[in-house]
Amino acid sequence: MISALMVRDLYKRYDNGFEALKGINLVVEQGDFFALLGPNGAGKSTTLGILSGLVQKTSGEAQILGNDVNRQAFLARRDLGVVPQEFNFNQFEKVLDIVLTQAGYFGITRQQAYGQAKTLLTELDLWDKRDQQSRLLSGGMKRRLMIARALIHQPKVLILDEPTAGVDIELRRSMWSFMQSLNRAGTTIILTTHYLEEAEQLCRNIAIINHGEIIQSTDMRSLLAQLNSETFVLDLVAPLTQPCQIDGYDVVSASGDDSLQVSVTKGQPINAIFTALDAQGIAVRSMRTKSNRLEELFVDLVRGDNA
Amino acid sequence: MKSSSLSVWRIQWIAGRTLVIKEVRRFMRIWAQTLLPPAITMTLYFIIFGRLIGERIGEMGGVDYMSFIVPGLIMMSVITNAYGNVASSFFSNKFQRSVEEMMVAPVHPATILFGFVAGGVVRGLAVGLIVTLLSLYFTSLTIHSAWVVVLVVLLSAIVFSLGGFINAVFATKFDDIAIIPTFVITPLTYLGGVFYSIHLLSDTWQTVSLFNPILYMVNAFRYGILGVSDVAVGHAILMLVGFIVMLTSFSLWLLQRGKGLRH
Repeated sequence: MISALMVRDLYKRYDNGFEALKGINLVVEQGDFFALLGPNGAGKSTTLGILSGLVQKTSGEAQILGNDVNRQAFLARRDLGVVPQEFNFNQFEKVLDIVLTQAGYFGITRQQAYGQAKTLLTELDLWDKRDQQSRLLSGGMKRRLMIARALIHQPKVLILDEPTAGVDIELRRSMWSFMQSLNRAGTTIILTTHYLEEAEQLCRNIAIINHGEIIQSTDMRSLLAQLNSETFVLDLVAPLTQPCQIDGYDVVSASGDDSLQVSVTKGQPINAIFTALDAQGIAVRSMRTKSNRLEELFVDLVRGDNA
Repeated sequence: MKSSSLSVWRIQWIAGRTLVIKEVRRFMRIWAQTLLPPAITMTLYFIIFGRLIGERIGEMGGVDYMSFIVPGLIMMSVITNAYGNVASSFFSNKFQRSVEEMMVAPVHPATILFGFVAGGVVRGLAVGLIVTLLSLYFTSLTIHSAWVVVLVVLLSAIVFSLGGFINAVFATKFDDIAIIPTFVITPLTYLGGVFYSIHLLSDTWQTVSLFNPILYMVNAFRYGILGVSDVAVGHAILMLVGFIVMLTSFSLWLLQRGKGLRH
């Protein structure tokens, strides 16, 4: 089967001499929900820009569903929907007009696109705002408008460049559910995000890019399996009277603290922590992970790469 | 292959039509900024230059002064509005990055150029029509050659729409789209025989004037209405076609390269 996205030896040097991409390789299969992660300036948006025709590659190859993004730009773009990081619609146009105009650029008349526009705007809770100028929308609404616009021609591949940036948690979760239903319906999704929880929840495969190079490309499960230890924060019923120690575990605590941190390496049982604490007369009120699992891995990988 | 190429043409047709409608709706939506000012300015020209001063001047080029300046003022409105429409609209699309909506879609550069130029032409012609209707209050117009009138006004609007497009491609800030109209188009228009016949000038300045392309447009248009011209109409039309070919090729080359659009 043809890959949804194929990138080979992709290289980009900007006019100011900055090497944004240093020969990256990437394959995303059809139907995948793929995360492209990396710190700011790592090369994520440059990669997505080349795929969507907004950035000119220096060398290498990039294909969408087997069509070269430069030589077969017409076919490549026909199958692609793009939700960029920055708002890029006319602030004075009305919501419905923005979506219907975009349909026109894909060869769909206003009449033909109206039904799909209504469905999308309704699903994204924007139908009531259809006659409002886009500049009057809230940040979250503007993000959803860009999603509706990108989907109006029912693309097979959808690029989402930080689609939930600056969106509150409730809305973010409803957008996750929308993206998952799209993916279940067969749309290949390529996502960049700074919310690593988002990538972990949604994506099956992942690539991490840093300094213009792919430093990791694998499936999410394998990547998370690389996690050697996880840190838990235990909130205590009463403050500690003295520093706490548990045999075989790395514990961070101090006298007077009302919580302590325990690092658990792969294979170590968690039960032993509670048994030890119980024996010391320390009661635990609640327990949480110190940070998202993927976040820990991401930080380790990027830090290791930078070193 | 055949169905795919048919699909290409259909997409370009609908995309082009969408862009033209969007452009026309844009200038209609802000009519107080786009259609009203030229109507007021030209009415003042008719009153001050045509009526008050014109009555003291008498005849120019064999016709009364009001009749002489009307074609030039119509042409002046057409070219400044065609240019201004495309320059401001395309630059605004660049500035707000909404031009990316077209760039991520299967829209050919020629379709993008067509859409913006058509928008400029429609606004130029709309303003030209408004000014023509206003001029009827001050003088009576008889058309000497309708096809010359239509051809010259259309070709001129296309030339200046293309010019506005190129200006917007190179512009990096809003000031940049005002420089060419202020320092190039306005002086050339005033020196392009709108208010006088070049036969009033010395031989040297008549020769210099012949290097001003707007002189040809104004005179060819005046010929279409009044039947009088300082230049050969055939040359004017050929020159306009030449400009269109050159500017279209350059605009397409800029778009293909992504000048000012792609990094």
